[in-house]
Amino acid sequence: MNYILGAFKPACHISITFSDGKSRKQVPLKKENGQTAMVPLFQSQENISGKISIEPVSGKKVEHNGIKVELLGQIEMYFDRNNFYDFTSLVRELDVPGEIYERKTYPFEFSTVEMPYETYNGVNVRLRYILKVTISRGYAGSIVEYQDFVVRNYGPPPSINNSIKMEVGIEDCLHIEFEYNKSKYDLKDVIIGKIYFLLVRIKIKNMDLEIRRRESTGSGANTHVETETLAKFELMDGAPVRGESIPIRLFLSPYELTPTYRNINNKFSVKYYLNLVLVDEEDRRYFKQQEITMFRLGETS
Amino acid sequence: MMIADGIEDEEKWLAEGIAGIQHNAFYLHRAVDSNNLREALKYSAQLLSELRTSRLSPHKYYELYMRAFDELRRLEMFFKDEERHGCSVLDLYELVQHAGNVLPRLYLLCTVGSVYIKSKEAPAKDVLKDLVEMCRSVQHPIRGLFLRSYLAQISRDKLPDIGSEYEGDGDTVMDAVDFVLQNFTEMNKLWVRMQHQGPIRVKEKLDKERSELRDLVGKNLHVLSQIEGVDLEIYKDTVLPRVLEQVVNCKDELAQHYLMDCIIQVFPDEYHLQTLETLLGAFPQLQPAVDIKTVLSQLMDRLSNYAASSAEVLPEFLQVEAFAKLSNAIGKVIEAQVEMPVVGAISLYVSLLTFALRVHSDRLDYVDQVLGACVKKLSGSPKLEDNKATKQVVALLTAPLEKYNDIDTALTLSNYPHVMDHLDAGTNKIMAMVLIQSIMKYNTCVSTAEKVDVLFELIKGLIKDIDGTLADELDEEDFKEEQNSVARLVHMLYNDDPEEMLQIICTVRKHIMAGGPKRLPFTVPPLVFSALKLVRRLQGLDGEVAGEEVPATPRKIFQLLNQIIEALSNVPSPELALRLYLQCAEAANDCDLEPVAYEFFTQAFVLYEEEVADSKAQVTSIHLIIGTLQRMNAFGVENRDTLTHKATGYSAKLLKKPDQCRAVYACSHLFWVDDQDGIKDGERFKLIFRHNWT
Repeated sequence: MNYILGAFKPACHISITFSDGKSRKQVPLKKENGQTAMVPLFQSQENISGKISIEPVSGKKVEHNGIKVELLGQIEMYFDRNNFYDFTSLVRELDVPGEIYERKTYPFEFSTVEMPYETYNGVNVRLRYILKVTISRGYAGSIVEYQDFVVRNYGPPPSINNSIKMEVGIEDCLHIEFEYNKSKYDLKDVIIGKIYFLLVRIKIKNMDLEIRRRESTGSGANTHVETETLAKFELMDGAPVRGESIPIRLFLSPYELTPTYRNINNKFSVKYYLNLVLVDEEDRRYFKQQEITMFRLGETS
Repeated sequence: MMIADGIEDEEKWLAEGIAGIQHNAFYLHRAVDSNNLREALKYSAQLLSELRTSRLSPHKYYELYMRAFDELRRLEMFFKDEERHGCSVLDLYELVQHAGNVLPRLYLLCTVGSVYIKSKEAPAKDVLKDLVEMCRSVQHPIRGLFLRSYLAQISRDKLPDIGSEYEGDGDTVMDAVDFVLQNFTEMNKLWVRMQHQGPIRVKEKLDKERSELRDLVGKNLHVLSQIEGVDLEIYKDTVLPRVLEQVVNCKDELAQHYLMDCIIQVFPDEYHLQTLETLLGAFPQLQPAVDIKTVLSQLMDRLSNYAASSAEVLPEFLQVEAFAKLSNAIGKVIEAQVEMPVVGAISLYVSLLTFALRVHSDRLDYVDQVLGACVKKLSGSPKLEDNKATKQVVALLTAPLEKYNDIDTALTLSNYPHVMDHLDAGTNKIMAMVLIQSIMKYNTCVSTAEKVDVLFELIKGLIKDIDGTLADELDEEDFKEEQNSVARLVHMLYNDDPEEMLQIICTVRKHIMAGGPKRLPFTVPPLVFSALKLVRRLQGLDGEVAGEEVPATPRKIFQLLNQIIEALSNVPSPELALRLYLQCAEAANDCDLEPVAYEFFTQAFVLYEEEVADSKAQVTSIHLIIGTLQRMNAFGVENRDTLTHKATGYSAKLLKKPDQCRAVYACSHLFWVDDQDGIKDGERFKLIFRHNWT
């Protein structure tokens, strides 16, 4: 997209292509305008290379003070609009000051780029990676072109992954023991477990398992926490009796989950919780929340 | 009215539910037709959400369920056709589990499960196990019941039975059994729980609703019985114990009654016989309110029929000691259920007796044992007032009579009279009549004094007044009928051996003497004639063994007869007695026992003189005397004279002249007898006529 400063018509077309554009996996990315585009997917430590083509519009030559391409990793806080924080900034000079009177193509390469954080679109914060091409011009205004790409980092399964087993209750009312098979789950995993009823003195209507995402941004006095319920999965219909054991089998793949992000660049965290909710006949809710760690399983390529 | 509104509302909700299903079905069909799996899953989940309702009674819910069921059948066909939707069955199995609401999710899972098993990509047992476990998520009684019923339905033909195409490795039959048993257990728990859920309802309505769903639970037992691989061994070791465990533990009377019934109906009789102890062991553990007697009776009936089906089966009954076990079990049940009314206990005994009569008809000791147990129960309870209980006791007593057509067998049952003792006077008499009728019907003759004694003990209600009852209370007609029956009975008592016959007569006499004035006129005559018959028999046996003490002689019998007839004086019944004396006289005459005959005539005349007051009676009596006298040929001249004189004399003294004439007329025959040794006394003859003309 042309981003023109101070001119009415675009002076030239800039197109950015990736060298492995045909073979590289593309994923959808939701843009600011609400539309979704397919963009390439990278992992940290990968090489990002390609070509940048600049073509003047309608034959008119373009004078410039230099052309460069930057690879930026950015965190944007929504409550602090236009407050971009670049945690990664790499630049490649493409051309010295001069003229472009016909289509010119510049190759570029960023090798083994450290991109430790994943692309993230949240409620109050956004983390994105972009390639930014800038054609510097003095008074006429620089011409800039952006290309988003997505970064996701895969990892091996955690070496330690204990199950979660706990007994909770309300004295003389309700006593349950719940068990989830792991404390750390991959994004495509299945939560397997059970709820065992030790004491039931209330009339239960049903039981759900919620997946909640808690996004906290800022720090200190400026901390914002947004909690979203991403999944509401009915575990049980009807009232159990003491001794009954209800199975849990919740597939995570249908839900839009991300790995757990802890203190990304000291700016934000995204954590996940399983919230077990029991509702009684009078619509009173009894719940127990438990944090789980999400990770992205896979081979690093 | 509140209730009417409720019904109307339900109709409305049902209509809404059906409309919801139809609406989603339309889109579902469209999705299926265009091979769109995602859409198909979406609309089928929505469709199935109609089943999440809590507003319908079981009856209405069933209607809704059936609609959904039909749609699921079509959906299953779509699922099966991978080429159309492009999703492997394994992926599909996961995909349906993404559904957010548990009830639609599980219905879909079971449907895919069916396809999965059919595809043979996984062992049937694994899929079935998963399905039956996952269904635990639905704890709502009605919804859970129907869901599991669906599971049972689609799994029926896919059990890993031996010989089936789904047969697996390892203990495949046990896998099939485990699955069905688990589903059964969970369904029963849900069924029992129905009563605790929802608003308080009237018990009758609740029971009715529950009854409507009972077959859903019972079907599982039927499936178990159909599994080829379930042999006696498995039934005994696994199936029966686990089913009984659930039946006992659920502590619900409705369920217990129905399920015990089911077990008995559904499994072969041969199995019941071989597991009798285990099966019976459950009964005392059931809730007190369960109508055990009906179930036990059912069981005994089935076993009786089984025994009757082939003779080869009978040794089995003895080998497993069926009778002893049943007898024990009944005892335990009666003991455990203290609240059981007497009628319940008795009807149990009736069933047991019927069983014994049908299966072990040669074992009279069994029959007597049952009667004994009954006596024990009756002794422990207050006097029977309950009509039903009384009827049962009568049934108990009648059964052996009908089985063994001869009374002899019944008479050997030592407890028989004890049972009768517990009947009230009225019923006692009815029973006595039944006894007599039985004898008459089968033309049995009671042939020993001992048996007669027992018999008359049994019918003592007819023979005499039992303490506390007044003979006056009885209807005339009924009384007559009773006594006539007794009279007829007397004629059925017979033995060829004169000694024994005499004993019989003595025994009868002993009993009827206690009968009182009302009864004697009925009972004495038949006894007299019976004795006279004996006399006539002895007449023909003149050549007795010389030197032996022969108690049964005509003389002795006549002595006895005298005593018997004398009893009529207590009634008083002079005319009857008179006739009987004359009969005896005639018999004595035929035996050539002149003094005996003379004595009888004397007695007759005494009666005539002192007791026969009525003029008409006098006429009849005197004619009788004359007639009898006329036939006498044993008298010597003197005796004959005396008697004739007397007869003539009384004749002349009759009240009315015409009677006098006729009587004297008749007397004239006494002087002229036409046979060879007959008296011909012309002089006397003339004397009489002269006397008359004056």
